[in-house]
Amino acid sequence: MRIVCPFCGERELGEYTYLGDAKPQRPAADAGEDAVYDYVYLRDNIAGVMSEHWYHGGGCRAWLKVTRNTLTHEISAVEPTAGAGAAKVGV
Amino acid sequence: MVGSAQTHRLTSGGLIDRSTPLSFRFDGKTFTGFQGDTLASALVANGVKLVGRSFKYHRPRGILTAGSEEPNALVELRSGARREPNTKATTAELYEGLEAASQNRWPSLSFDVMAINQLFAPIFVAGFYYKTFMWPAKFWEAIYEPAIRRAAGLGRAASVPDPDHYDKAWAHCDVVIAGSGPAGLTAALAAGRSGARVILCEEDFVLGGRLLADGGMIDGLPAAEWIARTRGELAAMPDVRIMTRTTLFGVYDGGTYGAIERVNDHLPVPPEHQVRQRLWRIVAKRCLVAAGSIERPIVFAGNDTPGVMMASAMRSYISRYAATPAGRIALFTNNEDGWRTVETAIAAGLQVAAVIDARPDVSPAHRSLASKGGFPVLNGSVSAVDGGKNGVRKIAVSLTGGARAEVEADGLAVSGGWNPAVGLTSYHRGRPKWRDDIAAFVPDGAPPGMVAAGAANGAFGLGACLREGFEAGAAAAQDAGRSGNIGSMPVADDEAFSLTPLWHVAGKGKAFVDQQHDVTASDVELAQREGFQSVEHLKRYTTLGMATDQGKTSNVAGLAIMAAVTGKSIPETGTTIYRPPYVPVAIGAFAGHHRDENFHATRLTPSHHWAAEQGAVFVDTGLWKRAQWYPRAGETDWLQSVTREVKAVRGGVGFCDVSTLGKIDVHGPDAGAFLDRVYINSFSSLAVGKARYGLMLREDGIVYDDGTTSRLAEDHYFLTTTTAKAGPVMQHLEFCRQVLLPELDVQLTSVSDQWAQFSIAGPKTRDLLKEIVDPAEDLSNEGFPFMGAREVKLSGGIKARLFRISFSGEMAFEISVPARYGEALVRNLMIAGKPFGVTPYGTEALGVMRIEKGHVAGPELNGTTTAADLGLGKMMSTKKDFIGRVMAGREALTAPNRQVVVGIKPTDKARRLRSGAHIIPKGEVPGPDNDQGYVTSVCFSPVLDQWIGLSLVERGRERIGEIVRAHDPLRGEEYDVELCNSVFYDPEGGRQRG
Ligand SMILES: [Zn+2]
Repeated sequence: MRIVCPFCGERELGEYTYLGDAKPQRPAADAGEDAVYDYVYLRDNIAGVMSEHWYHGGGCRAWLKVTRNTLTHEISAVEPTAGAGAAKVGV
Repeated sequence: MVGSAQTHRLTSGGLIDRSTPLSFRFDGKTFTGFQGDTLASALVANGVKLVGRSFKYHRPRGILTAGSEEPNALVELRSGARREPNTKATTAELYEGLEAASQNRWPSLSFDVMAINQLFAPIFVAGFYYKTFMWPAKFWEAIYEPAIRRAAGLGRAASVPDPDHYDKAWAHCDVVIAGSGPAGLTAALAAGRSGARVILCEEDFVLGGRLLADGGMIDGLPAAEWIARTRGELAAMPDVRIMTRTTLFGVYDGGTYGAIERVNDHLPVPPEHQVRQRLWRIVAKRCLVAAGSIERPIVFAGNDTPGVMMASAMRSYISRYAATPAGRIALFTNNEDGWRTVETAIAAGLQVAAVIDARPDVSPAHRSLASKGGFPVLNGSVSAVDGGKNGVRKIAVSLTGGARAEVEADGLAVSGGWNPAVGLTSYHRGRPKWRDDIAAFVPDGAPPGMVAAGAANGAFGLGACLREGFEAGAAAAQDAGRSGNIGSMPVADDEAFSLTPLWHVAGKGKAFVDQQHDVTASDVELAQREGFQSVEHLKRYTTLGMATDQGKTSNVAGLAIMAAVTGKSIPETGTTIYRPPYVPVAIGAFAGHHRDENFHATRLTPSHHWAAEQGAVFVDTGLWKRAQWYPRAGETDWLQSVTREVKAVRGGVGFCDVSTLGKIDVHGPDAGAFLDRVYINSFSSLAVGKARYGLMLREDGIVYDDGTTSRLAEDHYFLTTTTAKAGPVMQHLEFCRQVLLPELDVQLTSVSDQWAQFSIAGPKTRDLLKEIVDPAEDLSNEGFPFMGAREVKLSGGIKARLFRISFSGEMAFEISVPARYGEALVRNLMIAGKPFGVTPYGTEALGVMRIEKGHVAGPELNGTTTAADLGLGKMMSTKKDFIGRVMAGREALTAPNRQVVVGIKPTDKARRLRSGAHIIPKGEVPGPDNDQGYVTSVCFSPVLDQWIGLSLVERGRERIGEIVRAHDPLRGEEYDVELCNSVFYDPEGGRQRG
């Protein structure tokens, strides 16, 4: 499998680490135990198109959001996560 | 013994180099062949027909094919450490001194004791393993399996390590082409002329594919001349790479292809510093499968007799190798193509006994060829072959209409038509489709970027192959963005095509479908009767197609027979799933250089070479080699050395390389806020110039890692992780930063390899440091208090970082210098420390001192413990959110009866404590119901002069002083231990603050 890193270009699978479903959002600090439980443990395992977190540890160390079809391994989109990339100069 | 001298070699012709004779040995007999031979062709040239015994029945077997689809002619090639079992004689190139042995026979090939299996054939039917060897279970290990293994072993693997090297490499191109027959060559021409970067893979050692045996005229040139001209044109293109002896064996996601290059298999031993094989991962925008097709047998009684050969293989031996498999041949065909073997045989001066043609009509041209040649054309089919280990003698023919005939011949060529090689195109669960007009499966689509051309696509005529290849090559280059002038397309005529499907001729005697696994037509019929009708069941129940040849000559015939007995059509019956590799690939090639000490990378600490000079004993810690202890002259036992090191530190000064810790620079205005979110305790409140111990949790509330983090500037923290978690923590922190906390202005930099870090510990630490630190630096308790951290200048000007932190419980500093100064620092410490008796210590002494101080480490941070379990619950801030906060509050993670860290020591001071021992309440019978925990870390404490340890015990800290039982069934021990404070040494901490 090959993933096109938005920072490094097309690289092979061995440079990446898979985390899983990118959909769950970490609840706010006061969201309560049930919400955090859902966030930590409840994951979709879709036979089809899925949004996933991948880490380019063998390259730029960016966390990426990869849209992948789990049946065909076809990758239709790769985006950097919100905090990936350069320092927030001037923010 | 000397074998016959190429009695079956034609006096002229063939693509062999007669000026280079090669001597070789087969089953101890010496023979000669020529450069350009395969082992199989050389055996044919020497009149050798019997080359092996079959898997189950030990039937005599000869050579069936001339390629990588061979099911029978499997040999042990080479000897000793290089012995390779199940090597196909049909693809093994001959070299001077080649040694090969037949397989599966004892004591000799011509007299094989196990051939008696044939008499017991009824018990060896499909599924016999499942039916016969059912129980008792222990019989499997003791009797059945060894017996089956010995009886059905095929070749023997070498029993010593492979002395050769294997390599792995990447290649990138626009178009990769599998096969260099007419379609592959024209594809390469068109793509190459377009300007595409092309890799042409050919598993044979010369280009040409079927052209090598079947010839023909292309662009008015004889095939051999056209191949030479084409090869020359391709070789002159700078972006075309021709790789012979290379099989494209697998298709992977994203246009990645696996190929195995047999770099030096054609030599007795690879030249020095060269690899035997190289595994290629080829990334290509487009892939053209021009892998040709495989001629298929017809199943009839005795079809495995030596001398029965695929018609196309017989042509290959005669035309390409000038070797004659028989003197008087018969042909059994159901199609037009088979007749080419008769033409080839006649041209070579061989006798033709008869042609048995299953088709209702034979062309007038062939009829006149027969009458000119004086041999009959029998309309019918072969019902049996008579002959044993010496090969075919008589052929029984059932004529259409019911009459019978008999043909005397010593060779029988068989052609049942051709199956396109649909493996590569089907590897992503593709199912080939049936084409009635050629009675064969052809690719139905292919993985993205791949297309089949020529015979692999069901286009069998030479002209069609040239055209499909050329057009596909041009299209692939265009898809890859190359649009150069492709010039003119090579042209040739198409041969006539006519075929009447015929798979199986009913008759008496064993008729083999899968010759490598000894699966017969009646096995297939039995499978159907017993309900194993799905092709996947058929395959597993009979083992049809499961041998190393993956059923290249047998799968389609097997499912055709199944279709016939179930009354379904062949496409309804369907194919099994195709899986790589297309040919067997040695495990060694997949491993490449990653074996033995190179199995993984080795990381050396900055002091490694110095430590090796000192005679340190090293321990593998992940990828690292760490000094475990430094034995001195006269020390006979590791414990002696470790105890001395501990005493030297506690009584004077010692140092230890701790560079393996993960080190991360955290920069930015929000660095403190970031650390507050990832650690359970606060770091934004840490003063500049101070260090603090930190603990981080996983989001599920379990402890993840610990370490010391120092604040070197308002916006700069230096974070350390444990050795084991250096990589994972970096990944986790990047996730927190990029995904969870993108609003924070903070950056992380891994600096693990940038800094050499040493712990210097013991009451004389300051004395030693003063010798190496610039005199202007104040190291006094006031100037550099406990948990201080700042940059200092060393004598000579090098900048270092100094941290007043202690793992040992002694007055201690950790010092960091740029990694390149690490070794020099160690050597200077030894010189400067001589007056103080400075002692280097290893990871064992480090461990002893941390247990004496009750510090937790890997055995306690074991992925099940909470901060509270470790006695660090109070560190959890209630004023902020942090990773793991909410989940750590769950009922079960805060239950009062959790197993928590507590000290432990045997009541008998002389007894050795062992980690892993279970804790059982006194007076109870050990068992899972009253197992209250276990011993996690132990050491011999020189200070207490006894074995001590840390343990995880239910309510452990409430039970200090209680005597419990340590139960160690693994070592057969049980003894009393006392639960005690986990800080055994200097519980007030005065020494480290002094
Ligand atoms: Zn990247």
